[in-house]
Amino acid sequence: MSDLMTIYVPLESTARSLGADDVVLAIAEQAARCGQDVEIIRNGSWGMSWLEPLVEVVTDRGRMAYGNMTADDVPGLFDGGCEAMCLGLTAEIPYLGNQDRLTFGRCGLTDSLSLDDYQTHGGFRGLEKALGMTAGQIVAQVTASGLRGRGGAAFPTGVKWNTVLSADSARKYICCNADEGDSGSFADRLLMESDPFCLIEGMIIAALAVGADKGFIYLRSEYPLCKEILSEALITARAAGWLGENIKASGRDFDIEIRMGAGSYVCGEETAMLESLEGRRGMVRAKPPLPALEGLFGQPTVVNNVLSLATIPVILDRGAEFYRNYGQGNSRGTTAFQLAGNIARSGLVEKAFGISLRELVTDYGAGTATGRPLKAVQVGGPLGAYLYEGDLDLPMDYEAFADAGAVLGHGGIVVFDDSVDMVAQAKFAFDFCALESCGKCTPCRIGSVRGAELVAKIQAGEDMADNFSMIRELCDVMEAGSLCAMGGMTPIPVLSALKDFDRESGQ
Amino acid sequence: MPKNTRNIVDWDEGEARRVIAPCARLRGGLLEALHALQHAFGYVPEESCALLAEAFNLSRAEVYGVRSFYEDFRSAPSGDHVIEVCQAESCQARGSRKLTAHAQNILGLRLGETSVDGHVTLRAVYCLGNCAVSPNITLDGKLYGRVSAERFDRLLKKAGL
Repeated sequence: MSDLMTIYVPLESTARSLGADDVVLAIAEQAARCGQDVEIIRNGSWGMSWLEPLVEVVTDRGRMAYGNMTADDVPGLFDGGCEAMCLGLTAEIPYLGNQDRLTFGRCGLTDSLSLDDYQTHGGFRGLEKALGMTAGQIVAQVTASGLRGRGGAAFPTGVKWNTVLSADSARKYICCNADEGDSGSFADRLLMESDPFCLIEGMIIAALAVGADKGFIYLRSEYPLCKEILSEALITARAAGWLGENIKASGRDFDIEIRMGAGSYVCGEETAMLESLEGRRGMVRAKPPLPALEGLFGQPTVVNNVLSLATIPVILDRGAEFYRNYGQGNSRGTTAFQLAGNIARSGLVEKAFGISLRELVTDYGAGTATGRPLKAVQVGGPLGAYLYEGDLDLPMDYEAFADAGAVLGHGGIVVFDDSVDMVAQAKFAFDFCALESCGKCTPCRIGSVRGAELVAKIQAGEDMADNFSMIRELCDVMEAGSLCAMGGMTPIPVLSALKDFDRESGQ
Repeated sequence: MPKNTRNIVDWDEGEARRVIAPCARLRGGLLEALHALQHAFGYVPEESCALLAEAFNLSRAEVYGVRSFYEDFRSAPSGDHVIEVCQAESCQARGSRKLTAHAQNILGLRLGETSVDGHVTLRAVYCLGNCAVSPNITLDGKLYGRVSAERFDRLLKKAGL
């Protein structure tokens, strides 16, 4: 055999959880057996999770994709025995080809840890432009782009940055919230594993914009691979002069430290995260003061989600106008919708706001994985609403969802088929709140426990009408009286789950 | 093949101090210190709390408060093998409740329990961020997706359980 064969195998959690590392070993063994020179590149994931491990072989026409590859299938890559598994050129797979890949443009395409690859595909162009701008100009670009916080709260990023920029302090911080705890969400992880330099670049630009010289990534401990990849990317970026003192001879200093969370969901709430970063219990702080003015260690702090920060480079590179031309209404740009749970084609779909839930679940997702009828879809994580068939035409837009009593949150979409027990889901929402409540405010700490007891009574068929009305009253109190979204939004999944039960049982 | 060789590292005050020292230089480094202790000893030994209080200039009550707030920090050693089964919504939608019942039956343990011989710990976890290929588990820190009852049994067998 002759020419070098180049094969891409993702170095990403989903692919690895389905045997990607075994595939790599098998490729090396098979190459040795047939005397074929092979270069294996560990890329990120394209986000077509249902096809993982998605292996690509470089050909004259481009990268040919082979889905659901196992170690046993590997010999077929060498002798043509795999042709039945070939999906054609990766870039032409409709699931991927029809997306608006702005934030995730390099995910899957590049070797996650190659700085050369990163720069070849547009990396650091946004930062290079930012280095030639004043802080005020950078903030103005971000404001004009219409970017809103992708963690779930959807607060305008430029407005937050402007508050930090205007604050008078010798020390300011950039804190990246990488405590992606919502079930159904994996976009932060996928980005950090597939394109870690993009997050780093976004954080550097944020630092230039507000005058910070220190950044933290608060990473959940359930993501050990992210820690490895980010740590290595930070070392590489530092060695290349993109981090540390006097970044690229600009006279500006900035560095980033990773701090690990420790299994607490509520630490995804920004003030609890700051407490945790300070080495304390993750107890929610009352606002005001805003973290933008009194955040980490009492200093002005930008707290942004991974995806908000990772979207900054493309905005600076392509311009605010380019970015805001995607989307609709006050939901500008694109976001990462994550198709999870019981769905045939699960994965990450980056699209402009405005696409309907039905298009995502039916066109991209191809319905349930079990083939049974779809019953409910929970959008926006454990604190998001359960939606039903009649809601599927809702456009994915912050305001449209708010008007429907639902939330887009972090874009996680969990599909359930008709075997789901919605009362059990309502019970779980209260149980989860009880488990994860920080305990600071009474409605959340006690309301969650009492709520779970009330749902248990309904499950046992006791005083249905009375218990229903008590749950509604309790939810009013939690919504109005809780300090943060943990207690304040738990009523959303509870009531939306029970709404369906209510309707069916005719109560 | 059950074995009874638990990977418990004996308490060693000198080692604990060595582990704590670099973390104590980090601002807000208490969580880092707790992680480092757990890494060194397999759990956060009771004896280390006084050392942490001293190193971080905190009361012991504050150190206990932090240690007990976070699910990750354990006050007792885990089993030689640790299995975590995700209990969150996406995995529920793909049968995690059944998988959990299966795991509990096979292992004779309930979530949160360690076998008497210290061989296995079974634990709940809430979201491993692998929701596109639910249900998910971890076995000895390694993530596995699309875990059916059959795959669960195969993984256990491979790990010698």
